[in-house]
Amino acid sequence: MRFLINGQPVEVDVDMRTSLLDLLRDHLNLHGSKKGCNQGACGACTVLADGERILSCLALAVQYQGREITTIEGIAEDGQMHPLQRAFIEHDGFQCGYCTPGQICSAIGMAAEAKRGMPSHMTRDLGAEFITLDRHEVRERMSGNICRCGAYNGIVNAISEVFVEAE
Amino acid sequence: MNPFTYARAEQAEDALKLAEAQGARFLGGGTNLVDLMRETIERPQSLVDVTGLSAAIEETSAGGLRIGAAARNSAVAEHRLVRTLYPVLSRALLAGASGQIRNMATLGGNIMQRTRCAYFYDDDGSRCNKRTPGQGCDAAEGFNRYHAILGASPSCVATHASDMCVALAVLDAVIHLRSPRGERTVPFVDFHRLPGETPQVETVLEPGELILTVELPANPIAKRSTYRKVRDRSSYAFALVSVAAALELDGGKVKDVRLALGGVAHKPWRALRAEEALRGREATPENFRAAAGAELIDAKPLRYNAFKIELAARTITAVLQELAEEAQ
Repeated sequence: MRFLINGQPVEVDVDMRTSLLDLLRDHLNLHGSKKGCNQGACGACTVLADGERILSCLALAVQYQGREITTIEGIAEDGQMHPLQRAFIEHDGFQCGYCTPGQICSAIGMAAEAKRGMPSHMTRDLGAEFITLDRHEVRERMSGNICRCGAYNGIVNAISEVFVEAE
Repeated sequence: MNPFTYARAEQAEDALKLAEAQGARFLGGGTNLVDLMRETIERPQSLVDVTGLSAAIEETSAGGLRIGAAARNSAVAEHRLVRTLYPVLSRALLAGASGQIRNMATLGGNIMQRTRCAYFYDDDGSRCNKRTPGQGCDAAEGFNRYHAILGASPSCVATHASDMCVALAVLDAVIHLRSPRGERTVPFVDFHRLPGETPQVETVLEPGELILTVELPANPIAKRSTYRKVRDRSSYAFALVSVAAALELDGGKVKDVRLALGGVAHKPWRALRAEEALRGREATPENFRAAAGAELIDAKPLRYNAFKIELAARTITAVLQELAEEAQ
């Protein structure tokens, strides 16, 4: 199976049953993406496939051949932390840190969705062309990422600093 | 997870051919099937990936909308024509799952998803007629807060978990199917089955038959539609009760109405009795409440879910009232 993972072409021979998450963690030594529930309930395994956020635990690797996968290890650019990574440190967007890679990948995908006008459960006017992200929108759109430490206020602050325009 | 072979189909003909293999299953986004395979509740010997088939969302010559079965939930929810002509569908999709799952899940897969009944999932410890026909149902006398109040049987009290399907039921959608024997169409409301004595048979789909597209007929009432979901958390939870509705008024009277319920039955529940009770009547909260009562008259509570009857009645009333206020 061939993939493009964090910009690097990868070719591996794995069992058909291998999830994208197990491919990353057990075969490619990329341990940033976490196995929380392994059943699509927690979001700790969130990665980007061609820029779209998905749950790598529910994804069979074989289905993602030829796709460009970005994990937390591929978020930084030129050795510089992504602005969202810096914001998570600044705002204490974590305690134990286990959910953080998924939170950050999810937020990057979420921001791209909002930018292209994707509505959410919180969006009042479905006909609106542009989405204004506010804290309520961020909380709704990030509801697929659970933080058992309860660092949500810091997480929302960090995401808001980077992706929510000042009112 | 049991071993399986995998093949990706690029055309419907290829998919049907590949599905002739022993123990074959079609694979969409995998958000339900992969999970069930990991629990060995589903044990396909071969997977036919149909995510490469049509995902197009296009207008029909009759003024409706045709959606390919491979269309992702997020793509349907954000499509301009769905948002403006069929807002109930967009709202239902956005009330379901999470952003990540909506990016993976397909239209066809969402329709085919299986119940989230905990006893169905508990392969080691519980009896389930859906999982092992004839075994018995531990949900009927168990913790059945999430279970059905309408159309259930002694064999099965599970509910259908999809939000999207409740919207498709209210929109009079039609499913286009294809098998080696040819193509056929099925009204969406007839696609899912009530459990009866065979709860393991959940749809009218025949072995090897493939969902190609779902067609939404043109209907002006659909523009004035919405979806409300009542759940234990404000986001990312399955419905206790949900209501999809569309309403058209004429001088304070109900000219036309569409109503469907989620979280209450083995299938998306089209509320035809309530619709019938409302046509031509004054659009008042009292009449909305009475129509809800007409629909729920046969509701049978289990030990832990009697609250759903009152919750459904109040949610129906509130949603119709919201649509009536918007229309006036």
